[in-house]
Amino acid sequence: MNVNVTSPFSQLDTLESVGIKTFVEKLKEIQAFPLKSGDHINIMQINIGKVCNLSCKHCHVEAGPQRTEIMSQEIMAQCLQVMNDHQIKTLDITGGAPELNPNHQWLIRQATEINRHVITRCNLTVLNDKNYAHLPEFYAEHKVEVVASLPYYTQKNTDRMRGDGVFQSSIEVLKQLNKLGYGREGSDLKLNLVYNPGGAFLPPAQQGIEADFRRNLLDQYGITFNSLYAIGNFPVGRFLTFLQKSGNLQPYMEKLVAAFNPETVSGVMCRDQISVSWDGYLFDCDFNQMLNLSCKPKHISDCKAEDLNGREIAVHNHCYACTAGSGSSCGGAVV
Amino acid sequence: MDTYYNPADLAKFSTMGEEAPDLWQKFMAYYGAVFENGALTAREKALIALAVAHAIQCPYCIDAYTQGALEKGANEAQMTEAIHVACAIRGGAALVHGVQMKNVAKKIGF
Ligand code: SF4
Ligand code: SF4
Repeated sequence: MNVNVTSPFSQLDTLESVGIKTFVEKLKEIQAFPLKSGDHINIMQINIGKVCNLSCKHCHVEAGPQRTEIMSQEIMAQCLQVMNDHQIKTLDITGGAPELNPNHQWLIRQATEINRHVITRCNLTVLNDKNYAHLPEFYAEHKVEVVASLPYYTQKNTDRMRGDGVFQSSIEVLKQLNKLGYGREGSDLKLNLVYNPGGAFLPPAQQGIEADFRRNLLDQYGITFNSLYAIGNFPVGRFLTFLQKSGNLQPYMEKLVAAFNPETVSGVMCRDQISVSWDGYLFDCDFNQMLNLSCKPKHISDCKAEDLNGREIAVHNHCYACTAGSGSSCGGAVV
Repeated sequence: MDTYYNPADLAKFSTMGEEAPDLWQKFMAYYGAVFENGALTAREKALIALAVAHAIQCPYCIDAYTQGALEKGANEAQMTEAIHVACAIRGGAALVHGVQMKNVAKKIGF
């Protein structure tokens, strides 16, 4: 199948071609190079496939319906084994749309059986498909934390990024999740939302935008949630292509560099996690995965504690998106 | 110089500190403090700045505060309303000066 995907090498070339101080130089300036992971890894984030029912404009994975990469049950089992062997407490499932992997539920069942905290990242709309409509109840039953993307609290801004009808569809699913107790006060079912900027600009302060989401979603739709994560757009994948084509690459990178905040460096997510690709290769984070910046333990089948912990992180210029302003991670702002 | 306004010039703003560094530093410290969260939120201030930028028709400020307002979480509906506020005040100010016209006309007329 002919899939139009940017090669990781040309992405790295592009990131290198921008006239900015490199991220490595910046880290050296503050005596933070080489950047190393912590003494213990708490999160394993696995990307179980690049297939998605949406094709969002900011997607660093370049996921979409035409993609075919899907993690096998065998690789999932190896991930669980490593989590077990190294006491990695949290399994963070991402994609594409993880639901489209036929072994997604198997993975969740197995992980909860070994008492791991499970997070599944969800684009919401996929749960409106009748083939996946049973999943909210399955998530509730297994106490899965749902991290749902909703780039903005209005239809116009959301649909512009993710496609026509996405906002309305997301609202319906959020109501359903609320009905099951997700994101409701006093309930232990966690529903966190993710904001992304609608273009080449930095995310606002998390607290302020969270308050806006809370007020608007409650007033207009009666929807509640636990927290909002304000996550910046990373110059990787489809968003990198957008930056290039729209003439925003240089100014956006300059903006990220100007907003570099040294205080975020110790809290960047790669220091506390390991990321696994659909075919079992290991990376410091999902962004490095898409850029094919491999890390020391190469494959899940051969992963030792001494390689995971205190490993040197493969940083590059896209890392500026993790350290701009209050910082950005899969769990929102860093400081 | 092809045009009086060049987007690249915005990045040269700090060169205004070259001949008068003390004044520049004072201005920048004041400027920074003005835009912090206070009795008004940083977003409300960014929207006011955007409206004023349109009233004074400064392309540098329009560029900077369009981005600034978005980065404070504002949306285009809010930004458009802010510009209408500028427009209403500018238009209203023109119109209310019509009273002066009337005063003058009355004074010199029969
Ligand atoms: S951003 Fe998420 S929902 Fe959108 S295309 Fe990428 S993986 Fe799919
Ligand atoms: S982009 Fe990845 S490797 Fe770079 S700082 Fe962020 S989490 Fe770490």
